[in-house]
Amino acid sequence: MSYNWNWSIFFEPAPGGTGTYFDMLLRGLWLTIQTGVCAWIIALAFGSVIGVLRTLPSKTAYWIGFAYVEFFRNMPLLVQLFLWFFVLPELLPRSWGLWLKQIPDAPFYTAAIGIGLFMSARVAVQLAAGIASLPRGQKQAATALGLTTFQAYRYILLPIAFRIIMPPLTSEFLNTIKNTAVAITIGLIELTGQARSMQEFSFQVFEAFTAATVMYLLINIVVVVGMRFLERSLAIPGYITGK
Amino acid sequence: MFVNFDFDVIRRSLGYLFLDGMTFTLTLTALSALGGIVFGTLIALMRLSGFKLLGRIAGLYVDFMRSLPLVLVIFWFYFLVPYIGQWVTGASRPVNVGAFTSALVTFIMFEAAYFSEIMRAGIQSISKGQPAAANALGLTYAQTMRYVVLPQAFRNMLPVLLTQTIVLFQDTSLVYVLSMPDFLGAASKVAQRDGRLVEMYLFAAVVYFTISCAASFAVRRLQARISIVR
Amino acid sequence: MIEISHVDKWYGPTFQALKDCTTSVAKGEVVVVCGPSGSGKSTLIKCVNALEPFQGGDIILDGIKVNDPRTDLPKLRARVGMVFQHFELFPHLKIIENLCLAQEKVLGRSHDEAVAKAEKLLDRVGLKEHARKYPAELSGGQQQRVAIARALAMDPIAMLFDEPTSALDPEMISEVLDVMVDLAREGMTMMVVTHEMGFARKVAHRVIFMDRGEIVEDALKEDFFGSPRSDRAQKFLSKILAH
Repeated sequence: MSYNWNWSIFFEPAPGGTGTYFDMLLRGLWLTIQTGVCAWIIALAFGSVIGVLRTLPSKTAYWIGFAYVEFFRNMPLLVQLFLWFFVLPELLPRSWGLWLKQIPDAPFYTAAIGIGLFMSARVAVQLAAGIASLPRGQKQAATALGLTTFQAYRYILLPIAFRIIMPPLTSEFLNTIKNTAVAITIGLIELTGQARSMQEFSFQVFEAFTAATVMYLLINIVVVVGMRFLERSLAIPGYITGK
Repeated sequence: MFVNFDFDVIRRSLGYLFLDGMTFTLTLTALSALGGIVFGTLIALMRLSGFKLLGRIAGLYVDFMRSLPLVLVIFWFYFLVPYIGQWVTGASRPVNVGAFTSALVTFIMFEAAYFSEIMRAGIQSISKGQPAAANALGLTYAQTMRYVVLPQAFRNMLPVLLTQTIVLFQDTSLVYVLSMPDFLGAASKVAQRDGRLVEMYLFAAVVYFTISCAASFAVRRLQARISIVR
Repeated sequence: MIEISHVDKWYGPTFQALKDCTTSVAKGEVVVVCGPSGSGKSTLIKCVNALEPFQGGDIILDGIKVNDPRTDLPKLRARVGMVFQHFELFPHLKIIENLCLAQEKVLGRSHDEAVAKAEKLLDRVGLKEHARKYPAELSGGQQQRVAIARALAMDPIAMLFDEPTSALDPEMISEVLDVMVDLAREGMTMMVVTHEMGFARKVAHRVIFMDRGEIVEDALKEDFFGSPRSDRAQKFLSKILAH
């Protein structure tokens, strides 16, 4: 292969005077983690509400949940980010639009909200499936004891359902983190973005991408190990959730 | 609200958007799905073959691909494919393969990891008695797979494979990062040229939404039909 | 205590699950409901605390109309204990927590009060030493005894049993029936869907026989076992008493 490898490039100062290329990548990694975690919190919050709506007996609630999920699932994430970033400010009243455009870190907020809502549809589907997989008698037993629907979900159905869907939620969390890379299209310089600029400044393509790849693998390992630990500490003795 | 907007820009660029952009997107989607399923089946068979080393390699490949953002993989292959071309053809310099080939290789390699997991689940869902019965009739491993297991498994997982293909259709929009002329790329070019971001991106959203919705509706119908027959 | 009059229930437009069912349970009375599977006995008992909605007729529980939209159902349900075929203990809560949850959240008892009550009842069903275990760590018979204790913890005015022994292994049936017999002898108002004719003979005051959604026979225990009037009841009895 006619490629000049240069692994010491990471310790050379990057243009811009803010440390080495390695520092640059670390900043990207940190931004990836921040964006991913913020988006995940949004995804969990909205996904839980919508997921519950899809399991309520009310037809209206079901249709709201259905429409929400279809809306966010049938457009590419990239297009959704463009809608939030370029289109939304133009559709709002002028002063609001101007204000939106002037927010510092707009790419960060757009990415967190846009990716969060995109992922919330998938969290909702997982949670609804988890709740639906519980025996019908559980809801009936809770109701028969006099718990309201809200209490039945809060104390009985959700705690069990979330335990059951822990494995798919782990992969959705990882997907959220991976999806932050799409935000380079709206100017978020996260890990992939930093690798890309390192490649443009230094021409050491493969070193830059290898480093980013290793960092993504590390994120994955940490998350998988962490979630497995969480799963084990929340496991119910004698109860098999992996059915 | 829309008084300042010029939706005629859409009508004026329809030809470019669909004949060029959407054709690129759909071709890329179809070829990637085909290649991804073939390669994905191979990976799944490697994992289930019983050869430890082979299974390990296939498993590592799947885990590796699934740990990385698609955008990063697109960049990887964009720069890597010319070198692979050079290595394959023995040329003296990296070979310029063109944007489409590079994107196609990327999506086949990337989606194969996801397709293989679907295939694996589908194959494992066939009861152990089926391959045993085939073996008892004297069929070889390859024959058992080809004539008995895969046809049944494929039928079970067809809806999931199609759903994944819809995801792939949406994912192809990410070739935007390499400024390729797919549907979104085309829409974006018109948007930048005429300064009509709002109109073009809204239109792109509607088109993606309509196609994905119609496709997932069709998959749901198919799923209902398959589950009745069984 | 429980007045059921002319209750009709439809599943969809074509299938009628309950046809003009009328009966009552007086205070302190033990009524056994039997009949072939699919005859509507479980549906009927679930209508009593409105776990199943019904379209025609009325059910009045301790003077309160169950099918009145103004009725505070959670409050009403909290006053009637229900025991399910599949126990329906909450798998993520310890035994003691299963007994305390509704006491605290529905009745508003303090935690200490709830625990004291729970321990007393667990002692009564012979399971005090299992209080800190999870449901899946107990046998089926033990779980059903916990479920009875859970219902009793709400100080119910009546108890509903929906086939409490039919999901149990044979050797565990009597430990559950013993608890129910004690309860009956203490004067608890009980409506029991069961095939255990031994239990009916021992403590029931009346026996109701249902078939195809209808109450075919509603007789004093002595009359029912002495000479059932309908052919269907005779056939049913000869089948289940043949062994």
